[in-house]
Amino acid sequence: MVGTHTWRVRTLRLYLPLAFFLLLTLFPFYWMLVTSLKPNEELYNLRNNPLLVYHPTLAHYVGVLLQTNFLRWTVNTLLVAVVTSVLSLVLGAMAAYPLARTRFPGAALVAVGIAATYLVPQTLLFIPMADIINALGLSNSLLSLVVTYPTFLIPFCAWLLMGYFKSIPRELEEAARIDGASRFQAMVRVVLPLAVPGLLSAFIFAFTLSQNEFLYALIFLTKSEIRTVPVGAIAELIRGDVFFWGQLMAAAVLGSVPVAVIYSFFVEYYVAGLTAGAVKG
Amino acid sequence: MAVRSRPYVAAGVRLGQPGWVGRLFEHEAVFSWAMLAPAVLFLLAFVAYPFCYGLYISMTDLATGRAAHFVGLRNFIANTQDPAFWQVTRNTFIYTGGATVLKLLGGLLLALVMNQQFRAKNAVRAAFLLPWIVPTVLSAIAWMWIFDPTFSVINWVLVHLGLVARGPAWLGDGNLAMVAVIIANVWRGIPFYAITLLAALQTIPADLYEAAAIDGASPSQRFVHVTIPFLKPVLAIVTMFSVIWTFSDFQLVYVLTGGGPANATNLFATYAFNLAMGAGQLGQGASIALSMFPPLLLVILALTLYLRRSD
Repeated sequence: MVGTHTWRVRTLRLYLPLAFFLLLTLFPFYWMLVTSLKPNEELYNLRNNPLLVYHPTLAHYVGVLLQTNFLRWTVNTLLVAVVTSVLSLVLGAMAAYPLARTRFPGAALVAVGIAATYLVPQTLLFIPMADIINALGLSNSLLSLVVTYPTFLIPFCAWLLMGYFKSIPRELEEAARIDGASRFQAMVRVVLPLAVPGLLSAFIFAFTLSQNEFLYALIFLTKSEIRTVPVGAIAELIRGDVFFWGQLMAAAVLGSVPVAVIYSFFVEYYVAGLTAGAVKG
Repeated sequence: MAVRSRPYVAAGVRLGQPGWVGRLFEHEAVFSWAMLAPAVLFLLAFVAYPFCYGLYISMTDLATGRAAHFVGLRNFIANTQDPAFWQVTRNTFIYTGGATVLKLLGGLLLALVMNQQFRAKNAVRAAFLLPWIVPTVLSAIAWMWIFDPTFSVINWVLVHLGLVARGPAWLGDGNLAMVAVIIANVWRGIPFYAITLLAALQTIPADLYEAAAIDGASPSQRFVHVTIPFLKPVLAIVTMFSVIWTFSDFQLVYVLTGGGPANATNLFATYAFNLAMGAGQLGQGASIALSMFPPLLLVILALTLYLRRSD
Protein backbone atom coordinates (compact mmCIF):
# COMPACT_ATOMS: atom_id res chain seq x y z
CA MET A 1 0.00 0.00 0.00
CA VAL A 2 2.70 2.42 1.01
CA GLY A 3 4.56 1.48 -2.14
CA THR A 4 1.63 2.30 -4.45
CA HIS A 5 1.04 5.52 -2.58
CA THR A 6 4.58 6.84 -2.99
CA TRP A 7 4.54 5.72 -6.60
CA ARG A 8 1.37 7.67 -7.21
CA VAL A 9 2.80 10.77 -5.54
CA ARG A 10 6.00 10.44 -7.53
CA THR A 11 4.09 10.08 -10.78
CA LEU A 12 2.08 13.17 -10.01
CA ARG A 13 4.94 15.31 -8.72
CA LEU A 14 7.80 14.11 -10.84
CA TYR A 15 7.15 11.89 -13.85
CA LEU A 16 4.08 13.64 -15.27
CA PRO A 17 5.39 17.22 -15.07
CA LEU A 18 8.81 16.05 -16.23
CA ALA A 19 7.29 14.28 -19.24
CA PHE A 20 5.18 17.36 -20.01
CA PHE A 21 8.18 19.72 -19.95
CA LEU A 22 10.36 17.30 -21.90
CA LEU A 23 7.71 16.95 -24.58
CA LEU A 24 7.40 20.73 -24.91
CA THR A 25 11.17 21.23 -24.92
CA LEU A 26 12.04 18.56 -27.41
CA PHE A 27 9.08 18.69 -29.79
CA PRO A 28 10.40 21.54 -31.99
CA PHE A 29 13.66 19.60 -32.43
CA TYR A 30 11.77 16.44 -33.33
CA TRP A 31 9.67 18.46 -35.74
CA MET A 32 12.79 19.97 -37.30
CA LEU A 33 14.35 16.52 -37.80
CA VAL A 34 11.19 14.82 -39.09
CA THR A 35 10.47 17.62 -41.56
CA SER A 36 14.03 17.63 -42.86
CA LEU A 37 13.74 13.91 -43.73
CA LYS A 38 10.45 14.10 -45.65
CA PRO A 39 10.36 14.13 -49.43
CA ASN A 40 8.41 17.11 -50.80
CA GLU A 41 5.38 14.98 -51.85
CA GLU A 42 5.00 13.96 -48.24
CA LEU A 43 5.87 17.35 -46.77
CA TYR A 44 3.05 19.10 -48.59
CA ASN A 45 0.47 16.30 -48.32
CA LEU A 46 -2.28 17.11 -45.84
CA ARG A 47 -3.62 13.56 -45.70
CA ASN A 48 -0.56 12.01 -44.03
CA ASN A 49 0.09 11.98 -40.33
CA PRO A 50 2.62 14.83 -40.16
CA LEU A 51 4.33 13.40 -37.08
CA LEU A 52 5.69 10.43 -39.02
CA VAL A 53 8.02 10.00 -41.95
CA TYR A 54 6.90 7.39 -44.47
CA HIS A 55 9.74 7.57 -46.99
CA PRO A 56 12.73 9.22 -45.32
CA THR A 57 15.17 10.90 -47.66
CA LEU A 58 18.40 12.84 -47.31
CA ALA A 59 17.62 14.88 -50.41
CA HIS A 60 17.18 18.14 -48.47
CA TYR A 61 20.52 17.67 -46.74
CA VAL A 62 22.22 17.01 -50.06
CA GLY A 63 20.46 20.06 -51.47
CA VAL A 64 21.59 22.33 -48.64
CA LEU A 65 25.16 21.08 -48.78
CA LEU A 66 25.54 21.13 -52.56
CA GLN A 67 23.26 23.92 -53.79
CA THR A 68 24.02 26.52 -51.15
CA ASN A 69 27.14 27.82 -49.47
CA PHE A 70 26.14 26.05 -46.27
CA LEU A 71 29.58 24.53 -45.56
CA ARG A 72 31.16 27.89 -46.11
CA TRP A 73 28.67 29.47 -43.68
CA THR A 74 29.47 26.80 -41.10
CA VAL A 75 33.19 27.44 -41.40
CA ASN A 76 32.57 31.20 -41.14
CA THR A 77 30.37 30.80 -38.08
CA LEU A 78 32.81 28.53 -36.26
CA LEU A 79 35.79 30.68 -37.20
CA VAL A 80 34.15 33.86 -35.93
CA ALA A 81 32.94 32.10 -32.78
CA VAL A 82 36.40 30.72 -31.93
CA VAL A 83 38.32 33.92 -32.71
CA THR A 84 35.91 36.24 -30.89
CA SER A 85 35.62 33.91 -27.88
CA VAL A 86 39.39 33.55 -27.48
CA LEU A 87 39.94 37.27 -27.93
CA SER A 88 37.22 38.15 -25.45
CA LEU A 89 38.42 35.56 -22.96
CA VAL A 90 41.95 37.01 -22.98
CA LEU A 91 40.84 40.63 -22.69
CA GLY A 92 38.11 39.69 -20.23
CA ALA A 93 40.50 37.78 -17.97
CA MET A 94 43.01 40.64 -18.08
CA ALA A 95 40.29 43.06 -17.02
CA ALA A 96 38.75 40.78 -14.42
CA TYR A 97 41.97 40.09 -12.52
CA PRO A 98 42.71 43.61 -11.23
CA LEU A 99 39.00 44.21 -10.59
CA ALA A 100 38.91 41.12 -8.39
CA ARG A 101 42.29 41.54 -6.71
CA THR A 102 43.87 44.97 -6.54
CA ARG A 103 42.89 48.38 -5.24
CA PHE A 104 43.27 51.29 -7.60
CA PRO A 105 41.56 54.58 -8.36
CA GLY A 106 38.55 54.14 -10.63
CA ALA A 107 38.01 50.45 -9.87
CA ALA A 108 34.36 50.80 -8.86
CA LEU A 109 33.56 52.90 -11.91
CA VAL A 110 35.12 50.37 -14.28
CA ALA A 111 33.32 47.45 -12.61
CA VAL A 112 29.94 49.18 -12.94
CA GLY A 113 30.78 50.27 -16.48
CA ILE A 114 31.58 46.73 -17.55
CA ALA A 115 28.42 45.33 -15.95
CA ALA A 116 26.31 48.02 -17.63
CA THR A 117 28.00 47.39 -21.00
CA TYR A 118 27.04 43.71 -20.83
CA LEU A 119 23.43 44.75 -20.47
CA VAL A 120 23.36 47.17 -23.41
CA PRO A 121 21.63 45.21 -26.17
CA GLN A 122 22.89 45.11 -29.76
CA THR A 123 19.50 46.33 -30.93
CA LEU A 124 20.27 49.69 -29.33
CA LEU A 125 23.53 50.16 -31.23
CA PHE A 126 23.08 48.57 -34.64
CA ILE A 127 22.39 51.74 -36.64
CA PRO A 128 25.49 53.70 -35.58
CA MET A 129 27.48 50.45 -35.62
CA ALA A 130 26.55 49.82 -39.26
CA ASP A 131 27.84 53.27 -40.14
CA ILE A 132 31.08 52.75 -38.20
CA ILE A 133 31.69 49.35 -39.82
CA ASN A 134 31.12 50.96 -43.21
CA ALA A 135 33.50 53.79 -42.44
CA LEU A 136 36.16 51.29 -41.35
CA GLY A 137 35.68 49.46 -44.66
CA LEU A 138 34.76 46.22 -42.92
CA SER A 139 31.35 45.58 -44.53
CA ASN A 140 31.12 42.15 -46.10
CA SER A 141 34.13 40.95 -44.17
CA LEU A 142 34.15 38.58 -41.21
CA LEU A 143 36.33 41.17 -39.50
CA SER A 144 33.17 43.22 -38.96
CA LEU A 145 31.99 40.48 -36.60
CA VAL A 146 35.40 40.02 -34.99
CA VAL A 147 35.30 43.70 -34.11
CA THR A 148 31.69 43.82 -32.89
CA TYR A 149 31.06 40.53 -31.09
CA PRO A 150 33.57 41.29 -28.31
CA THR A 151 31.37 44.28 -27.38
CA PHE A 152 29.07 41.84 -25.58
CA LEU A 153 31.52 38.96 -25.04
CA ILE A 154 34.24 40.88 -23.17
CA PRO A 155 31.89 42.26 -20.50
CA PHE A 156 30.37 38.83 -20.05
CA CYS A 157 33.77 37.08 -19.68
CA ALA A 158 35.08 39.80 -17.38
CA TRP A 159 31.99 39.65 -15.19
CA LEU A 160 32.04 35.86 -14.90
CA LEU A 161 35.79 35.65 -14.26
CA MET A 162 35.72 38.42 -11.68
CA GLY A 163 33.53 36.22 -9.54
CA TYR A 164 35.71 33.22 -10.22
CA PHE A 165 38.99 34.97 -9.36
CA LYS A 166 37.48 36.18 -6.10
CA SER A 167 36.83 32.57 -5.10
CA ILE A 168 40.54 31.68 -5.34
CA PRO A 169 42.33 32.17 -1.98
CA ARG A 170 44.51 35.25 -1.91
CA GLU A 171 47.14 33.45 0.19
CA LEU A 172 48.35 31.48 -2.84
CA GLU A 173 49.35 34.63 -4.69
CA GLU A 174 50.75 36.24 -1.57
CA ALA A 175 53.02 33.23 -1.08
CA ALA A 176 54.19 33.48 -4.67
CA ARG A 177 54.79 37.23 -4.30
CA ILE A 178 56.89 36.66 -1.17
CA ASP A 179 58.93 34.17 -3.16
CA GLY A 180 59.71 36.98 -5.58
CA ALA A 181 57.10 36.54 -8.31
CA SER A 182 55.96 39.74 -9.99
CA ARG A 183 52.26 40.65 -10.06
CA PHE A 184 52.03 39.45 -13.64
CA GLN A 185 53.71 36.13 -12.84
CA ALA A 186 51.46 35.60 -9.82
CA MET A 187 48.48 36.05 -12.10
CA VAL A 188 49.67 33.90 -15.00
CA ARG A 189 51.38 31.10 -13.10
CA VAL A 190 49.34 30.86 -9.92
CA VAL A 191 45.83 32.18 -10.46
CA LEU A 192 45.12 31.34 -14.10
CA PRO A 193 45.91 27.60 -13.76
CA LEU A 194 43.52 27.45 -10.82
CA ALA A 195 40.89 29.33 -12.80
CA VAL A 196 40.78 26.87 -15.70
CA PRO A 197 37.21 25.72 -14.94
CA GLY A 198 36.08 29.35 -14.87
CA LEU A 199 37.93 30.09 -18.11
CA LEU A 200 36.28 27.06 -19.76
CA SER A 201 32.84 28.19 -18.58
CA ALA A 202 33.40 31.65 -19.97
CA PHE A 203 34.70 30.26 -23.25
CA ILE A 204 31.83 27.83 -23.82
CA PHE A 205 29.28 30.49 -22.95
CA ALA A 206 30.93 33.09 -25.18
CA PHE A 207 31.10 30.51 -27.96
CA THR A 208 27.35 29.86 -27.87
CA LEU A 209 26.55 33.58 -27.59
CA SER A 210 28.68 34.21 -30.65
CA GLN A 211 26.98 31.41 -32.62
CA ASN A 212 23.61 32.81 -31.70
CA GLU A 213 24.25 36.39 -32.82
CA PHE A 214 22.09 37.40 -35.76
CA LEU A 215 21.46 41.14 -36.06
CA TYR A 216 25.03 42.34 -36.72
CA ALA A 217 25.72 39.44 -39.08
CA LEU A 218 22.49 40.20 -40.95
CA ILE A 219 23.39 43.85 -41.43
CA PHE A 220 27.13 43.63 -42.10
CA LEU A 221 27.25 40.57 -44.35
CA THR A 222 25.37 40.73 -47.63
CA LYS A 223 27.53 38.50 -49.81
CA SER A 224 26.68 34.82 -49.74
CA GLU A 225 30.23 33.46 -49.27
CA ILE A 226 30.92 35.40 -46.10
CA ARG A 227 27.60 34.83 -44.34
CA THR A 228 27.07 32.93 -41.10
CA VAL A 229 24.67 29.98 -40.79
CA PRO A 230 21.62 31.81 -39.35
CA VAL A 231 21.87 34.67 -41.85
CA GLY A 232 22.55 32.36 -44.78
CA ALA A 233 19.61 30.13 -43.95
CA ILE A 234 17.16 33.01 -43.62
CA ALA A 235 18.45 35.01 -46.55
CA GLU A 236 18.90 32.24 -49.10
CA LEU A 237 16.44 29.47 -48.27
CA ILE A 238 13.51 31.87 -48.21
CA ARG A 239 13.21 33.50 -51.62
CA GLY A 240 10.43 36.05 -51.62
CA ASP A 241 7.31 34.11 -50.70
CA VAL A 242 8.85 30.75 -51.45
CA PHE A 243 10.00 28.80 -48.43
CA PHE A 244 12.22 25.78 -49.06
CA TRP A 245 10.92 24.05 -45.94
CA GLY A 246 12.82 20.80 -46.32
CA GLN A 247 16.11 22.57 -46.88
CA LEU A 248 15.36 25.14 -44.17
CA MET A 249 14.87 22.34 -41.66
CA ALA A 250 17.94 20.47 -42.88
CA ALA A 251 19.94 23.69 -42.43
CA ALA A 252 18.46 24.17 -38.96
CA VAL A 253 19.45 20.62 -37.97
CA LEU A 254 22.93 20.90 -39.45
CA GLY A 255 23.45 24.33 -37.87
CA SER A 256 22.35 23.12 -34.44
CA VAL A 257 24.49 19.99 -34.37
CA PRO A 258 27.96 21.56 -33.90
CA VAL A 259 26.69 23.76 -31.07
CA ALA A 260 24.87 20.87 -29.41
CA VAL A 261 27.89 18.54 -29.69
CA ILE A 262 30.32 21.05 -28.23
CA TYR A 263 27.80 21.89 -25.53
CA SER A 264 27.25 18.23 -24.61
CA PHE A 265 30.96 17.82 -23.85
CA PHE A 266 30.99 20.79 -21.51
CA VAL A 267 27.48 20.85 -20.02
CA GLU A 268 28.78 21.21 -16.47
CA TYR A 269 30.94 24.21 -17.38
CA TYR A 270 28.08 25.72 -19.31
CA VAL A 271 25.70 25.38 -16.38
CA ALA A 272 28.35 26.85 -14.08
CA GLY A 273 28.70 29.83 -16.41
CA LEU A 274 24.94 30.26 -16.67
CA THR A 275 24.40 30.26 -12.94
CA ALA A 276 27.56 32.11 -11.91
CA GLY A 277 26.07 35.51 -12.59
CA ALA A 278 22.93 34.93 -10.61
CA VAL A 279 23.79 32.45 -7.86
CA LYS A 280 26.52 32.81 -5.32
CA GLY A 281 28.24 30.00 -3.46
CA MET B 1 76.23 49.60 -4.16
CA ALA B 2 77.44 46.72 -6.26
CA VAL B 3 77.11 44.30 -3.38
CA ARG B 4 73.63 45.54 -2.57
CA SER B 5 72.21 45.22 -6.04
CA ARG B 6 73.42 41.68 -6.58
CA PRO B 7 70.55 39.77 -4.91
CA TYR B 8 68.04 41.84 -6.85
CA VAL B 9 69.73 41.21 -10.18
CA ALA B 10 69.95 37.54 -9.37
CA ALA B 11 66.23 37.43 -8.60
CA GLY B 12 65.51 39.33 -11.78
CA VAL B 13 67.46 36.85 -13.87
CA ARG B 14 65.87 33.87 -12.19
CA LEU B 15 62.35 35.15 -12.82
CA GLY B 16 63.17 36.62 -16.21
CA GLN B 17 61.91 40.10 -15.33
CA PRO B 18 64.57 42.78 -15.20
CA GLY B 19 64.47 46.51 -15.73
CA TRP B 20 62.41 49.55 -14.89
CA VAL B 21 59.34 48.37 -16.82
CA GLY B 22 59.05 45.40 -14.52
CA ARG B 23 59.41 47.59 -11.47
CA LEU B 24 56.79 50.02 -12.79
CA PHE B 25 54.44 47.08 -13.23
CA GLU B 26 54.79 46.24 -9.56
CA HIS B 27 52.98 49.47 -8.78
CA GLU B 28 49.41 48.42 -8.01
CA ALA B 29 47.60 51.11 -9.97
CA VAL B 30 49.93 50.90 -12.98
CA PHE B 31 49.58 47.12 -13.15
CA SER B 32 45.80 47.30 -12.78
CA TRP B 33 45.31 49.90 -15.47
CA ALA B 34 47.74 48.19 -17.84
CA MET B 35 45.67 45.01 -17.52
CA LEU B 36 42.38 46.86 -17.93
CA ALA B 37 43.45 49.16 -20.73
CA PRO B 38 42.83 46.88 -23.77
CA ALA B 39 39.30 45.92 -22.67
CA VAL B 40 38.36 49.42 -21.50
CA LEU B 41 39.70 51.12 -24.63
CA PHE B 42 37.93 48.59 -26.82
CA LEU B 43 34.62 49.08 -25.02
CA LEU B 44 34.98 52.85 -25.18
CA ALA B 45 35.60 52.69 -28.93
CA PHE B 46 32.94 50.11 -29.81
CA VAL B 47 30.22 50.62 -27.19
CA ALA B 48 30.51 54.11 -25.70
CA TYR B 49 31.36 55.83 -28.98
CA PRO B 50 28.63 54.08 -31.04
CA PHE B 51 26.17 54.95 -28.30
CA CYS B 52 27.03 58.66 -28.47
CA TYR B 53 27.14 58.53 -32.26
CA GLY B 54 23.69 56.90 -32.20
CA LEU B 55 22.41 59.76 -30.05
CA TYR B 56 23.72 62.17 -32.67
CA ILE B 57 22.18 60.20 -35.58
CA SER B 58 18.82 60.19 -33.82
CA MET B 59 18.90 63.99 -33.88
CA THR B 60 19.53 64.19 -37.62
CA ASP B 61 17.52 63.39 -40.73
CA LEU B 62 20.19 60.96 -41.92
CA ALA B 63 18.92 58.63 -44.63
CA THR B 64 20.64 56.21 -46.98
CA GLY B 65 22.41 58.17 -49.70
CA ARG B 66 21.79 61.55 -48.09
CA ALA B 67 23.93 63.71 -45.84
CA ALA B 68 22.80 64.33 -42.29
CA HIS B 69 21.25 67.59 -41.14
CA PHE B 70 20.80 68.35 -37.49
CA VAL B 71 17.10 68.45 -36.65
CA GLY B 72 17.17 68.45 -32.85
CA LEU B 73 14.39 66.45 -31.25
CA ARG B 74 12.20 66.42 -34.35
CA ASN B 75 12.44 62.62 -34.79
CA PHE B 76 11.40 62.00 -31.22
CA ILE B 77 8.50 64.43 -31.51
CA ALA B 78 7.44 62.76 -34.77
CA ASN B 79 7.44 59.41 -32.93
CA THR B 80 5.01 60.65 -30.31
CA GLN B 81 2.60 61.66 -33.11
CA ASP B 82 2.94 58.35 -34.93
CA PRO B 83 0.22 55.81 -34.02
CA ALA B 84 2.52 53.00 -35.23
CA PHE B 85 5.11 54.03 -32.63
CA TRP B 86 2.56 53.76 -29.83
CA GLN B 87 1.43 50.41 -31.12
CA VAL B 88 5.05 49.24 -31.14
CA THR B 89 5.43 50.50 -27.58
CA ARG B 90 2.33 48.62 -26.49
CA ASN B 91 3.46 45.49 -28.36
CA THR B 92 6.87 45.57 -26.70
CA PHE B 93 5.38 45.87 -23.22
CA ILE B 94 2.81 43.10 -23.88
CA TYR B 95 5.51 40.85 -25.32
CA THR B 96 7.91 41.50 -22.45
CA GLY B 97 5.26 41.27 -19.74
CA GLY B 98 3.52 38.18 -21.08
CA ALA B 99 6.70 36.28 -21.86
CA THR B 100 8.38 37.20 -18.56
CA VAL B 101 5.48 36.08 -16.39
CA LEU B 102 5.17 32.77 -18.26
CA LYS B 103 8.93 32.13 -18.18
CA LEU B 104 9.07 32.93 -14.48
CA LEU B 105 6.19 30.60 -13.58
CA GLY B 106 7.23 27.85 -15.97
CA GLY B 107 10.89 28.10 -14.96
CA LEU B 108 10.08 28.01 -11.25
CA LEU B 109 7.80 25.02 -11.73
CA LEU B 110 10.40 23.15 -13.77
CA ALA B 111 13.11 23.97 -11.20
CA LEU B 112 10.93 22.59 -8.39
CA VAL B 113 10.22 19.42 -10.38
CA MET B 114 13.91 19.03 -11.18
CA ASN B 115 14.86 19.53 -7.53
CA GLN B 116 13.82 15.95 -6.71
CA GLN B 117 15.95 12.84 -6.81
CA PHE B 118 15.65 10.79 -9.99
CA ARG B 119 17.82 8.82 -12.34
CA ALA B 120 19.71 10.39 -15.27
CA LYS B 121 19.13 13.83 -13.77
CA ASN B 122 22.15 15.39 -15.44
CA ALA B 123 21.13 14.10 -18.86
CA VAL B 124 17.61 15.46 -18.36
CA ARG B 125 18.99 18.81 -17.29
CA ALA B 126 21.20 18.89 -20.38
CA ALA B 127 18.16 18.18 -22.57
CA PHE B 128 16.18 20.99 -20.95
CA LEU B 129 18.90 23.48 -21.79
CA LEU B 130 18.84 22.68 -25.52
CA PRO B 131 16.40 25.45 -26.53
CA TRP B 132 18.73 27.95 -24.89
CA ILE B 133 21.82 26.57 -26.65
CA VAL B 134 20.60 26.16 -30.21
CA PRO B 135 20.88 29.41 -32.19
CA THR B 136 17.54 31.22 -31.91
CA VAL B 137 17.15 31.79 -35.62
CA LEU B 138 17.39 28.06 -36.31
CA SER B 139 14.78 27.10 -33.72
CA ALA B 140 12.63 30.00 -34.95
CA ILE B 141 12.60 28.29 -38.36
CA ALA B 142 11.08 25.24 -36.68
CA TRP B 143 8.49 27.45 -34.95
CA MET B 144 7.65 29.11 -38.24
CA TRP B 145 6.75 25.69 -39.66
CA ILE B 146 4.84 24.79 -36.49
CA PHE B 147 2.71 27.90 -37.03
CA ASP B 148 2.43 27.53 -40.82
CA PRO B 149 -1.02 28.60 -42.11
CA THR B 150 -1.61 25.36 -44.04
CA PHE B 151 0.63 22.77 -42.47
CA SER B 152 0.60 23.82 -38.80
CA VAL B 153 1.06 20.74 -36.63
CA ILE B 154 -0.81 22.49 -33.81
CA ASN B 155 -3.84 22.83 -36.06
CA TRP B 156 -3.49 19.20 -37.17
CA VAL B 157 -3.65 18.12 -33.51
CA LEU B 158 -6.58 20.46 -32.75
CA VAL B 159 -8.55 19.22 -35.75
CA HIS B 160 -7.86 15.56 -35.00
CA LEU B 161 -8.89 15.99 -31.38
CA GLY B 162 -12.15 17.37 -32.74
CA LEU B 163 -11.66 20.71 -31.00
CA VAL B 164 -11.94 22.85 -34.10
CA ALA B 165 -13.14 22.25 -37.62
CA ARG B 166 -10.37 24.31 -39.17
CA GLY B 167 -7.27 25.64 -37.42
CA PRO B 168 -6.55 29.40 -37.26
CA ALA B 169 -3.81 31.13 -39.24
CA TRP B 170 -1.47 31.64 -36.31
CA LEU B 171 0.79 34.23 -37.84
CA GLY B 172 -1.93 35.82 -39.98
CA ASP B 173 -4.05 37.19 -37.15
CA GLY B 174 -2.67 40.06 -35.06
CA ASN B 175 -3.53 38.72 -31.61
CA LEU B 176 -2.65 35.11 -32.42
CA ALA B 177 0.66 36.22 -33.94
CA MET B 178 1.52 37.92 -30.66
CA VAL B 179 0.58 34.74 -28.79
CA ALA B 180 2.75 32.74 -31.19
CA VAL B 181 5.89 34.87 -30.76
CA ILE B 182 5.38 34.85 -26.98
CA ILE B 183 5.13 31.03 -27.02
CA ALA B 184 8.35 30.75 -28.99
CA ASN B 185 10.09 33.22 -26.66
CA VAL B 186 8.88 31.36 -23.56
CA TRP B 187 10.04 28.04 -24.99
CA ARG B 188 13.51 29.45 -25.51
CA GLY B 189 13.67 31.32 -22.20
CA ILE B 190 12.37 28.80 -19.66
CA PRO B 191 15.67 26.84 -19.44
CA PHE B 192 17.55 29.94 -18.26
CA TYR B 193 15.09 30.46 -15.42
CA ALA B 194 14.80 26.77 -14.57
CA ILE B 195 18.51 25.95 -14.45
CA THR B 196 19.44 29.10 -12.55
CA LEU B 197 16.63 28.65 -10.04
CA LEU B 198 17.50 24.96 -9.69
CA ALA B 199 21.06 25.91 -8.78
CA ALA B 200 19.68 28.31 -6.18
CA LEU B 201 17.28 25.70 -4.80
CA GLN B 202 20.19 23.33 -4.27
CA THR B 203 21.92 25.86 -2.02
CA ILE B 204 19.00 25.90 0.46
CA PRO B 205 20.15 23.94 3.53
CA ALA B 206 18.00 20.83 4.11
CA ASP B 207 17.87 21.41 7.89
CA LEU B 208 15.87 24.60 7.32
CA TYR B 209 13.07 22.49 5.86
CA GLU B 210 13.43 19.94 8.64
CA ALA B 211 13.23 22.64 11.30
CA ALA B 212 10.15 24.12 9.62
CA ALA B 213 8.54 20.68 9.38
CA ILE B 214 9.20 20.00 13.08
CA ASP B 215 7.58 23.32 13.89
CA GLY B 216 4.49 22.04 12.10
CA ALA B 217 4.77 23.97 8.83
CA SER B 218 2.81 22.44 5.95
CA PRO B 219 4.53 21.92 2.60
CA SER B 220 2.94 25.06 1.17
CA GLN B 221 3.98 27.06 4.26
CA ARG B 222 7.52 25.75 3.87
CA PHE B 223 7.46 26.85 0.25
CA VAL B 224 6.27 30.37 1.13
CA HIS B 225 8.46 30.88 4.20
CA VAL B 226 11.63 28.97 3.35
CA THR B 227 11.91 28.48 -0.42
CA ILE B 228 10.67 31.84 -1.67
CA PRO B 229 12.76 34.05 0.67
CA PHE B 230 15.85 32.03 -0.30
CA LEU B 231 15.11 32.32 -4.02
CA LYS B 232 14.22 36.00 -3.93
CA PRO B 233 17.64 37.48 -4.82
CA VAL B 234 18.18 34.99 -7.65
CA LEU B 235 14.64 35.49 -8.91
CA ALA B 236 15.23 39.23 -8.98
CA ILE B 237 18.45 38.97 -10.96
CA VAL B 238 17.20 36.34 -13.41
CA THR B 239 14.01 38.29 -14.04
CA MET B 240 15.84 41.55 -14.64
CA PHE B 241 18.24 39.89 -17.09
CA SER B 242 15.34 38.29 -18.88
CA VAL B 243 13.35 41.53 -19.03
CA ILE B 244 16.29 43.30 -20.66
CA TRP B 245 16.73 40.58 -23.29
CA THR B 246 13.03 40.22 -24.01
CA PHE B 247 12.42 43.95 -24.21
CA SER B 248 15.21 44.38 -26.74
CA ASP B 249 14.47 41.15 -28.65
CA PHE B 250 14.86 41.10 -32.40
CA GLN B 251 15.64 37.69 -33.92
CA LEU B 252 12.55 35.73 -33.02
CA VAL B 253 10.08 38.32 -34.21
CA TYR B 254 12.12 39.18 -37.28
CA VAL B 255 12.10 35.53 -38.40
CA LEU B 256 8.56 34.57 -37.36
CA THR B 257 6.49 37.59 -38.40
CA GLY B 258 8.82 40.40 -39.47
CA GLY B 259 6.69 42.58 -37.19
CA GLY B 260 3.44 41.82 -39.00
CA PRO B 261 0.64 41.33 -39.66
CA ALA B 262 0.05 45.09 -39.92
CA ASN B 263 2.50 45.97 -37.13
CA ALA B 264 0.76 43.64 -34.67
CA THR B 265 4.03 42.08 -33.45
CA ASN B 266 6.48 44.87 -34.27
CA LEU B 267 8.78 45.56 -31.31
CA PHE B 268 11.08 48.56 -30.88
CA ALA B 269 13.99 46.61 -32.34
CA THR B 270 12.18 45.22 -35.39
CA TYR B 271 10.45 48.55 -36.08
CA ALA B 272 13.76 50.42 -35.87
CA PHE B 273 15.31 47.82 -38.16
CA ASN B 274 12.49 48.08 -40.71
CA LEU B 275 12.74 51.88 -40.76
CA ALA B 276 16.53 52.08 -40.86
CA MET B 277 17.53 49.10 -42.97
CA GLY B 278 14.31 48.65 -44.96
CA ALA B 279 13.23 52.23 -45.63
CA GLY B 280 16.69 53.77 -45.22
CA GLN B 281 15.52 56.29 -42.61
CA LEU B 282 18.53 55.99 -40.35
CA GLY B 283 17.83 59.05 -38.19
CA GLN B 284 14.23 58.08 -37.50
CA GLY B 285 15.26 54.46 -36.92
CA ALA B 286 17.94 55.50 -34.43
CA SER B 287 15.38 57.55 -32.52
CA ILE B 288 13.13 54.45 -32.28
CA ALA B 289 16.00 52.25 -31.11
CA LEU B 290 16.97 54.85 -28.51
CA SER B 291 13.41 54.94 -27.22
CA MET B 292 14.23 51.56 -25.70
CA PHE B 293 16.90 53.19 -23.61
CA PRO B 294 14.96 54.96 -20.81
CA PRO B 295 13.01 51.87 -19.70
CA LEU B 296 16.10 49.68 -20.17
CA LEU B 297 18.20 52.13 -18.18
CA LEU B 298 15.87 51.79 -15.20
CA VAL B 299 16.25 48.02 -15.21
CA ILE B 300 19.99 48.18 -15.88
CA LEU B 301 20.52 50.64 -13.03
CA ALA B 302 18.46 48.53 -10.66
CA LEU B 303 20.38 45.43 -11.65
CA THR B 304 23.85 47.01 -11.42
CA LEU B 305 23.07 48.47 -8.01
CA TYR B 306 21.70 45.13 -6.91
CA LEU B 307 24.79 43.26 -8.10
CA ARG B 308 27.10 45.79 -6.45
CA ARG B 309 25.22 45.62 -3.18
CA SER B 310 25.24 41.84 -2.99
CA ASP B 311 28.97 41.74 -3.72
